[in-house]
Amino acid sequence: MVAFRLVLAVTLLLTHSFAFQSDELLLDDDEFGLEGGARSPDSQSHSPSSSRKRFSDSSSDSKIHFSLQHAFGDSDFSDAGNFSARLKTWSHGAQTLTKLRFKRDPLTDAELKKFRELLQGDDFYRIRLPSNVLSPPGKEYIISSVKARCLPGDGLEEHFVIHMEGVNILAVNYGSPGACPYPRQLKLPGKWSFKSHTVLKNSEQAPRTPIFAEDVLGGEEGEGEAVKPIEKSFWAKYWMYLIPLGLIVMNAVTQAMNMPEEQAGAQQPGTAVQRGASSGARRR
Amino acid sequence: MAMAIRVFLIFLLSLSSTNLSYSLYEDQVGLMDWHQQYIGKVKHAVFHTQKTGRKRVLVSTEENVVASLDLRHGEIFWRHVLGTNDVINGLDIALGKYVITLSSDGSILRAWNLPDGQMVWESPLQGSKDSKSILYIPKNLKADKDDLILVLGRGCLHAVSSIDGEILWRKDFTDESIEVGHFIQSTDTIYIAGFGGSSKFHIYGLNAKNGELLKNDHAKLPCDTFGELLSVSGDKFVVLDNLRSKILTLIIKNGEISYNQNHISDLIEDSSGQAILLPSRLPELFALRINFHVLLIKVTNGGELVLVDKINNAAAVSDALSISEGQHAFAFAQHGDNKVHLFVKDVSDWNGDLLKESIVIDHQRGNIDKIFINNYVRTDRSHGFRALMAMEDHSLLLVQQGEIVWSREDGLASVIDVTTSELPVEKEGVFVAKVEQNLFEWLKGHMLKLKGTLMIASPEDVVAIQALRLRSSEKSKMTRDHNGFRKLLIVLTRAGKVFALHTGDGRVVWSILLRTLRKSEVCEYPVGLNIYQWQVPHHHALDENPSVLVVGRCGPNQAAPVVLSFIDAFTGEELNSLSLAHTVAHVIPLPYTDSTEQRLHLIIDVNQRAYLYPRTQEAIDILQREFSNVYWYSVEADIGVIRGHTLKGKCIHEVVDEYCFDFRDLWSIVFPSESEKIIATVTRKSNEVVHTQAKVMTDYDVMYKYISKNVLFVANAAPKARGEIGTATPEEAWLVIYIIDTVTGRILHRMTHHGCQGPVHAVFSENWVVYHYFNLRAHRYEMSVVEVYDQSRADSKDVWKFVLGKHNLTSPISSYYRPDIITKSQSYFFTHSVKSIEVTSTAKGITSKQLLIGTIGDQVLALDKRFLDPRRTLNPSQAEKEEGIIPLTDSLPIISQSYITHSLKVEGLRGIITVPAKLESTSLVFAYGVDLFFTQIAPSRTYDSLTEDFSYALLLLTIVALVAAIFVTWVLSERKDLQEKWR
Repeated sequence: MVAFRLVLAVTLLLTHSFAFQSDELLLDDDEFGLEGGARSPDSQSHSPSSSRKRFSDSSSDSKIHFSLQHAFGDSDFSDAGNFSARLKTWSHGAQTLTKLRFKRDPLTDAELKKFRELLQGDDFYRIRLPSNVLSPPGKEYIISSVKARCLPGDGLEEHFVIHMEGVNILAVNYGSPGACPYPRQLKLPGKWSFKSHTVLKNSEQAPRTPIFAEDVLGGEEGEGEAVKPIEKSFWAKYWMYLIPLGLIVMNAVTQAMNMPEEQAGAQQPGTAVQRGASSGARRR
Repeated sequence: MAMAIRVFLIFLLSLSSTNLSYSLYEDQVGLMDWHQQYIGKVKHAVFHTQKTGRKRVLVSTEENVVASLDLRHGEIFWRHVLGTNDVINGLDIALGKYVITLSSDGSILRAWNLPDGQMVWESPLQGSKDSKSILYIPKNLKADKDDLILVLGRGCLHAVSSIDGEILWRKDFTDESIEVGHFIQSTDTIYIAGFGGSSKFHIYGLNAKNGELLKNDHAKLPCDTFGELLSVSGDKFVVLDNLRSKILTLIIKNGEISYNQNHISDLIEDSSGQAILLPSRLPELFALRINFHVLLIKVTNGGELVLVDKINNAAAVSDALSISEGQHAFAFAQHGDNKVHLFVKDVSDWNGDLLKESIVIDHQRGNIDKIFINNYVRTDRSHGFRALMAMEDHSLLLVQQGEIVWSREDGLASVIDVTTSELPVEKEGVFVAKVEQNLFEWLKGHMLKLKGTLMIASPEDVVAIQALRLRSSEKSKMTRDHNGFRKLLIVLTRAGKVFALHTGDGRVVWSILLRTLRKSEVCEYPVGLNIYQWQVPHHHALDENPSVLVVGRCGPNQAAPVVLSFIDAFTGEELNSLSLAHTVAHVIPLPYTDSTEQRLHLIIDVNQRAYLYPRTQEAIDILQREFSNVYWYSVEADIGVIRGHTLKGKCIHEVVDEYCFDFRDLWSIVFPSESEKIIATVTRKSNEVVHTQAKVMTDYDVMYKYISKNVLFVANAAPKARGEIGTATPEEAWLVIYIIDTVTGRILHRMTHHGCQGPVHAVFSENWVVYHYFNLRAHRYEMSVVEVYDQSRADSKDVWKFVLGKHNLTSPISSYYRPDIITKSQSYFFTHSVKSIEVTSTAKGITSKQLLIGTIGDQVLALDKRFLDPRRTLNPSQAEKEEGIIPLTDSLPIISQSYITHSLKVEGLRGIITVPAKLESTSLVFAYGVDLFFTQIAPSRTYDSLTEDFSYALLLLTIVALVAAIFVTWVLSERKDLQEKWR
């Protein structure tokens, strides 16, 4: 029993860490594929999508392919790689892509040369995808480009975010996974092979507008709710009267203080010195 | 240190902005704001001067305004602005007390009470076919029955009672497939003339009582016709043939149609030009324009044509006016040397002039487009005439006795674009002289103000104080002020005229009718597009005047060539103008200026080329330096594609032009046309200032705003839900919004609102966008806010680091960073539909923001941005309350005090412009439509200056009085001391 629990815990732990790994690598998107360059297969990249079987039971699947084309600067587009994905047809007729995989063709010597020139000239490396995956190229090709000097890291690192709407591709965010600060320095990659990350993205739902029942009833009052203009404080309104008043009062008080003093002093004999002192105080 | 001060300032701000409403007191109206009412270019005018009482003229205009103007002063008695789609087709007076308007292609007939403009009745007219719309009110019907209004609209003839608008009978001409052109009224029969096709002339006779068809006749003409049929008198018509070389005269006698043909070359030797029939209604005469001449041709009873007169340089011909039994007069104007000659002639007696006047009209008003005349009886019992002239610049003049009695600048009713310019710096010496001159006035004013403050002012004094405040010379001075309130608003109008308005009182400082935007042979239909600040001198180039650039196009479509004008912003002189060979798709003001502070502009044409202006070597050098850093985008809404571009190199072209550049596409976003259509795109204002990149949360956490100038907000609607609200069900309507980086084409944020549809109005500022749309499920309008925060810099989160300056915020940002952003959004219900949304902008961006919403009622509502905060929760914690977070409600409040237009309406509101003043708390707001409105607003109140009505005099007086009191008491006490000592 204990052994069983232990096994269960271990498997849970394993699956958990498994899923965790993929999350860490691949942002928070629902579907993704990841594959290393052709010459440097990455061992961890085959991890995703194993836990997502439950979706495919209810609907029919078929496998489709579409190609990535690239161009160096202003050159013509040529094939650069292949995307493969499962086309899932939902019971209500909608079709979506899942399990996107990408395989880059290795760069040929001519392409390598062109790429070097791009790096020298700080020019654009351009890619394009069909706008419809079922009937390529669809309405038009989706183009995206990046300054070639952004790509070299360890190898050549690229990152695709493909925005989908059903079987249509709207746009592709293409670039390096990390930073590319300006001014871009010329840096040759260690390996002339692409390390690709791909992400599929669909539209999010907008959050719904909150509805409060009481406000629906009292909606009119809510609109008419008038914020009263703030009353100026008493001090702000009448400072110009208060300050002279205060001075007068103070004056009166000092005078009143002096009066009894004088009266008291008058009764005492030899008050000349005192009187002098008191008048001095009054003058202040 | 500076940071600490800023933090302190923000703290102060949040304290001072605790009250949410912005409102003003009754006596503050008109102090900082002004409102001007216009009507637009006059299309029809009907005078009403017969009866005693107020003389007036009723007009309908191209801005769909029907108005009654005072004939003595040109002021508006009353005015109604019909909707943008409710174009007025006809205007007349019925029963002597109702103003009848026909609008919306002849489908709505309305009667307005003549004295006060109340609507008396409205009658919708049915019809199925688009056709000419004619309003005809028979004048000489027998008085024994209802006064009849005959209306032709949508292929139907309607007879409407003018008393209550009841439709008495209707006759449908849709099946007859004729294009009806004219009514002829005899005693009991109405004749209707028109063309079937372009060569078959039809005439129908109808019983005026019940619409019964009495007669029907037609004649086949020998050739096709061109243009409109013109009625010369009750039974004669003229029309041009399709080659425009012959005039066909049609005569109906006893229901029989006969026609004559005359060659234009028989009437005039040089008949090579294109002839046009002028639509003036003159008895027995018609006017033909050919080669800058106007020929007046008489039609005899036999159908022969006799040339009566040939007028050179004729500008406009009026309709005929019946001045007495059987006598008709009409007017025409002729341009002479610097003057306009106005002639009024009797139609039948050609030799004498009833009136001949020469008027000097400012040549900035252009040509006379339309002329309407009215007669009156002079003191010597002879006929006098006054003429109302609609000018090329859309202004309206009333001319009488050779003088302009009044004029209205109605071109300002059709503002296309607005920019601002600073005023000249004040020169030493000017100010002092002015004060000395008015020293007594100045003293008197201060005495009055003092009385007012001490509340001892009599009611007359109060009125005087108010008047003094309103016409304070301070606000309308022609120099720059310390607070930056005084500026010039430079507006481009549809007529191609540019006006400079003073922000102090709204007066026109200068105006210029642009030569490049006037009709000419090379440029038949010029349209003004935009106005840009071309040169804003400061620092080293202060002695130069600023200038503006006006971009126009020689025609309504994109393929028309571009015209540019450069105008001095102080004097209104045209410095230079260019008519260019290339076209214009957009104009990009670049963030670079040359040594004379001229801004570099790229004009993108439709053939994928970019042209650099100014055309100097220095400009090219500057552009070459920043060549790889220029990016822009274009939206092709009809096919649903957005593209990004960058410059590539010099043009490869037959003609060498070193200011021309090729560009290439960098990215594209293609929206599937079956599910999305672009309905709105909005970007940030390029001159917006953001004060701080960080936002400190209640828990002393720091969020970094994603502040990029290169962001675009796009709203897409479902194709089925593009129409009016109510045409789509909630299931087939959705709205998708995008926030796109325009350098790399990355979609930063994408969100779907199900069951929602347009129209979408949006505003983008700092790191947030607010948009307004309709929610079909909730049956209400909604406003949503999306705020974008940058997560990639979240590591420098420590507030203390931030305050002490140990942060990495100064490191350069590149669009090629992979953005790591989070968005926060929330939606609220909003009661009104919206015409336009803007946001206040201030000089340093410290002051909190207000949204300025142009409501459907043509008012401007100021709504605090804090109401559209995605962090609002139902029960905000104490800390959140202190920060100013308002408890969550489902709808946005509309507080009636926060209308910045207070009780006024900006009729036909089209746009709102905000300009920062130099004073940080204040923002200048200009709203334009048919009316113009300007005001200053302070979203967080004027925390950085004393209020307008702060009395310096009283402060001074108090100090003086106190000092005096000190001296008096001192002297008194000295004296008392002395007395004591002498005792």
